[in-house]
Order: sequence, then structure tokens, then C-alpha cells
Amino acid sequence: MPVLEITDLTKRYGDLLAVDHMSFAVEEGETYGLLGPNGAGKTTTISMVVGVLDRDGGEVLIDGLRHDVTSVKTKALIGYVPQELALYPDLTARENLRFFGHLYGLTARPARMRITEVLELVELHERADEAVTKYSGGMMRRLNIAIGLLNRPRLLVLDEPTAGVDPHSRNAILESVQRLAAEGVATLYTTHYMEEAERLCDRVGIVDAGHMLAEGTRRELVGLLDEHDRVILRVADGAARAVPTLRDLPGVLKAGGEDGDLELIVNEARSLLPAIIGALGEAGVEVRSVEVREPDLESVFLHITGKALRD
Amino acid sequence: MPPVMAILLKDLRQRSRDSTLLLFGVLLPLGLAFLFSLMLGGGDGSRFNARYAVADLDRGPDATAFVGQVLEPLERRGTVSLQRVSSVQDGARLLERKEADAVFVIPAGFSSATTPEVIGGAHAPIAVQVAREMAQAFAMERQSIRLAVLAASRGLPVDEERDSRLARRAQEVAAPLTLVSDTSATRRQLDTATYHAAGMAIFFQFFVAMFVMAAVFEERRSRVLARVLAAPVPRAAVLGGKALCGILIGLMSMAVVVAASTWLMGARWGPPLGVVALVIAGVLAVTGIAAAVAGFSNTSEQAANRISVVAMVLGVFGGALFPIPQLGVLEVASHLTPHRWFLTGLADLAAGLSPGALLTPVLVLLAIAAATGGLALTRVGGMTRT
Repeated sequence: MPVLEITDLTKRYGDLLAVDHMSFAVEEGETYGLLGPNGAGKTTTISMVVGVLDRDGGEVLIDGLRHDVTSVKTKALIGYVPQELALYPDLTARENLRFFGHLYGLTARPARMRITEVLELVELHERADEAVTKYSGGMMRRLNIAIGLLNRPRLLVLDEPTAGVDPHSRNAILESVQRLAAEGVATLYTTHYMEEAERLCDRVGIVDAGHMLAEGTRRELVGLLDEHDRVILRVADGAARAVPTLRDLPGVLKAGGEDGDLELIVNEARSLLPAIIGALGEAGVEVRSVEVREPDLESVFLHITGKALRD
Repeated sequence: MPPVMAILLKDLRQRSRDSTLLLFGVLLPLGLAFLFSLMLGGGDGSRFNARYAVADLDRGPDATAFVGQVLEPLERRGTVSLQRVSSVQDGARLLERKEADAVFVIPAGFSSATTPEVIGGAHAPIAVQVAREMAQAFAMERQSIRLAVLAASRGLPVDEERDSRLARRAQEVAAPLTLVSDTSATRRQLDTATYHAAGMAIFFQFFVAMFVMAAVFEERRSRVLARVLAAPVPRAAVLGGKALCGILIGLMSMAVVVAASTWLMGARWGPPLGVVALVIAGVLAVTGIAAAVAGFSNTSEQAANRISVVAMVLGVFGGALFPIPQLGVLEVASHLTPHRWFLTGLADLAAGLSPGALLTPVLVLLAIAAATGGLALTRVGGMTRT
């Protein structure tokens, strides 16, 4: 049974259909990415999933239980990390965590232990008793995430958690999400950063203007493009001599090259690469550099919507 | 810990960090009490004390009676202080130097005239008014005695000694009825110090409640409210926690006003238990009204503006800013305000009525709190809309 199951979810603001009959599911230990530009309906969808916004239609199930804005039992299963820094700046990190711990029903001793755990997880334990106003933006982001983890959620919902974050903090956040997924937490992750979606998400839903346009694994989505991976090799000499050998390799669709450059069109570049290098070695061709170009989700988004992800 | 308590404790911690608790709970109420203490003279704000000068240019029996029977007893009671001056000019100089509030001038031939004259200092309008009333009252009494003597000696030959004896006897006769105090419902009132302290305290409560309610919208704007609502917490708990915070700060500020006004202004609030009941009911009513007004607002600014307007209108009609009778035909509107019931309850306490007399004002205040609080709860969805 999926941890999160959404069917025909709909939200309307006057004449604007912000979320249009959206359906998807997230399994235990799976990271599901909602990828789309700003205004695509990702945050509206998230708000209905976490139960802060009433829906106009459809159904949300958490662990098989019906879920809406009044559901206390299912809300206790969700950890929510909003896009904004939803913190009380005049309180310390520990006080922020203690307050939300109370809201999630954590009693004193378990709350103290869990607060220590999440502070260590986001590496804020040494400055836990400082007012949040003294934190850098990255530290605030990490505390923002820590609050979402406090209740050991079955479903973790992260709404663009890396927006405006420095590369170091961003990497730390992405690693945390990967670690949680490995522990079996189902994660719903929205972003408009294609790289994040590709790195984190087992499956991706591409949304635009409130519609779910396509969903699947990265490979499945790229398959929609009818495009293939490219392998570009720079060799010392004998490029022309190697071409027939490369063409004979299974999985190589096209091969060509001259003047020290070789270009191959293949099905799965990364898995085929050892065979390509091996074949070139047997042909006595010295490889100086290798570059793999795979069709990405950006290309998929462009292909499906006719516009770039950051438009 | 129940969510309401968690929200209350968090809000109190925030309010103590951002100095709101200190400002609204202690400093502003103390400031109000201090301000009124300065305005009302401090010490015993309920006691009238005027400085009068008397220029007796007549020195006849009536002039002596006015000074000896009207002014000197007041001087002995400490209500007025008297200075004797030998001329009108001397009296005027005292007024110019503000060493006297008014000068009674008893002109030569006063015994055959009707009224002592009063020259007032512009700096003390109330003392001047009181002086004029005293002079007028003395003149009327003397006229009454003259009429009584005239009636008693009608048809008899003129005999100055007999008429003088009759006049003295008429003066000595006690009034048939002396009204010691009037405690009818329409006339019970607080002394000046308590009235001002109580009126301002209940008026000020709206601004305490306004600040606390505006915080709901601030949390909504910063999206932290969305995170709170994503937790397994009923929406009403958010409003409940905020309202409780407002009530506690309100009670704290009320306690400071009561203590400081008693100490600085000599305000007499009445029996503590009755005052506590009225203060709690009053704070609940004001918080309920502020929450209901906030429920019909969309932003913190809108809520603050609307609560300010409501506070001012209710303050005017409820007698917090000036006595209700001055409203004339609009006095009936005062029944809809918590201020009226709060002040009425305190006046009942001051008049020494039994605790049972407090039941009506307290119940009305609680009814206002319940009605407006209920209305606010119906609007909680809109207030917490993210």
C-alpha cells in the first residue's frame, strides 16, 4: 500500500484551476519528485497533501486513511518542510523544535532525545541554544528541515527546500533526504531544479499549469523523447580505424569520427562505457578523454511543454 | 501538553523576548497610572482641595456668618485653605501668582446685598465653579431665612431685635432632611481617580488584545502558521492559544493598573474579590470582541485598524473617556459596551452594595465574551487560511 495516494486532486481559485485532477502515489522508501516551473501548482498540491488547504475535489490517502485539513491522526504521520523559513526567529532552535514537538504530541523525555537527534542530523547541535535570528540562511534552512523530521514521519513533504541555499548546505540537505529514503521514509519533493530531481528522485512527475503531464522514472521519461545517449571520445590517433569495431558492439546505434574525435550514439552510455573503452584498447587506440551526454529532464520538460523549466 | 497550552507558552515566551509583555503588561499601565496621578494631583485623587482668599469689605453679621459658618468649617475639614486679604487688589495678586484659586469678595453693604462676589483664577476652573456654587447657595439660604422671618412677623410692628432673633433661630433649625449619600442606580458613581483608572484600563485592554490577535496574521504571512496547521492540531487551538495569551497579558496589565492607581492616585477599587471578578470578566469580554473583529479581517494592519476603531467607539459610548450621562439620548447605546458594565460593577462595589449586585455586570460581561468569542470561532477558518 502506498504511503501517499492522491486521486483526482483538484483545487480552484475562482476561474483558475490551480490543480487539475492530479493523481500519483508514493511508496515507502521512495522519493517522488514534482518537477515544474514556478506557478505550476506544486505548492498548492503540497498544501493539500499536508492538510493546510481544503481541496475542491479528489482524495488524499495517507497509509490508506482518508486525509484532509481536519485529520489529526494522519497529520501526525507527515513531516512538512515548507518552502519558506517557517520558524520563530526570536526563539532558539531548541525552543522551536520543542514547540513543534509539543504540537506533534511528543512528551518531555522522548522530545528531548529526538530534538538532540535531529539537531545532530542537521549539524546544529552546537548552536542549538542561540536565537534563530543569529543563524545564517543555510542554518535556518537546516532547522526548517529538522522540524519536519521531528515526528519521525512516514511521509516527508519537502517544498523546494534548497531554494536560496549555498552549495554546501544544499548538498547537506540532499544527502539528508537520500539517507531518510534509505531508512524507508516516503518523500514527496518539489523542485524546479532539474539536477536535484535527477539526483534524488526515484520517480518524477512533471507538472505545469496544474496538470500532471508525465510521470515515471528518469529513464522512462527520457524514453519519451526518442533520443539516445551520446559518447564523445578524444583519442590520440586511429579514430577512423576504430569506428568499425565500435559499430559492432551491442547497444551502439551509430559510430563515426575523424581527426582524433569519435562520437557514438548508444542506448545506455554508462553501462556500455567499459565495453567501448575495452574495444578501443584492443584496437590499439589510446583514449585521452571521455564525455557522456544523456538526454535530461530539462529536455523532457521542453519536449512536453514546449518551454524551458525556468521560463 | 495540549496544543493550546503549547501555543500559549510559546507566545508568552515570544512576547517576553520582544518586550511586549513588559510594555503592555507593566510599563504602559504604570505609565497610564502615573500620568493620571499627575493630572489628578496624586495622593488622594478623590479629595477636593481648593485655595480660597476672602476679602471681607463689609464685616457685618452676614459677612461674618458666611466666613464663620460656611468657609471656616470647610477649612477645618481640610477641604479648602483660606487666606484673609484686606482688598480686592490683594486677592487679585494672589490669583495672578496662582497662590489662590478664587477670591470671595464680600462687598461693603453686603448685609443688605444678596450674593458674595467671586473672582476666579483661570488655572482652577473647578475650584472657581465650586466657589460660585457656595456663594450662590449662601445667598439663597439667606434669602430663605429672610422670607421666613417676614412671614413670621407679618402684621406685627417692626422690631429689629425680634427679627434678628427669628433669623438666628431659623439659621439654627436643621434641615428637615439631610441626604448623606445617594446610592440609587442612576447616581452611583466612582470617585474621580478610580473612574479614570478603571475607564482607561478597560479601554487599554483593546490594544493589548489587538496586538495579540494581529500576531495570527503575522504568522500567516510568514507561513509559520501553515506549518502549525500541518501539525495534528485543531485550528481553534491556534486562536485559543492566542486569546489565552491576550487574556493573561490583559490580566497582568489590569493588576498593575489597579495596584499603581491605588498607590499613586488613591483610587478606591472596592473589595478585592469583586474587583477580581469584574477584571476577569472585563478582560474576557474585550478579548472576545477583539478576536471577533480580527476574524473579519484579512491582514494584521486591517485587524489593528478595525480593533482601534471599535475600541474608540466603545470607549466613547461606554463611558471610558467621559461620563455616560454626557451622551444624552445616546446613553442607551452604552449598554452594548463592556466598559459600561465594568464601570457600573465597580461603582456598585464602591457604593458598598452586596456581592450579589455584581452578578448582573459580571454575567453581562461574560455573555459578551461568549457571544463574541463564539463569533470569532466561526471565523477561525478564514483567519488561518494559508
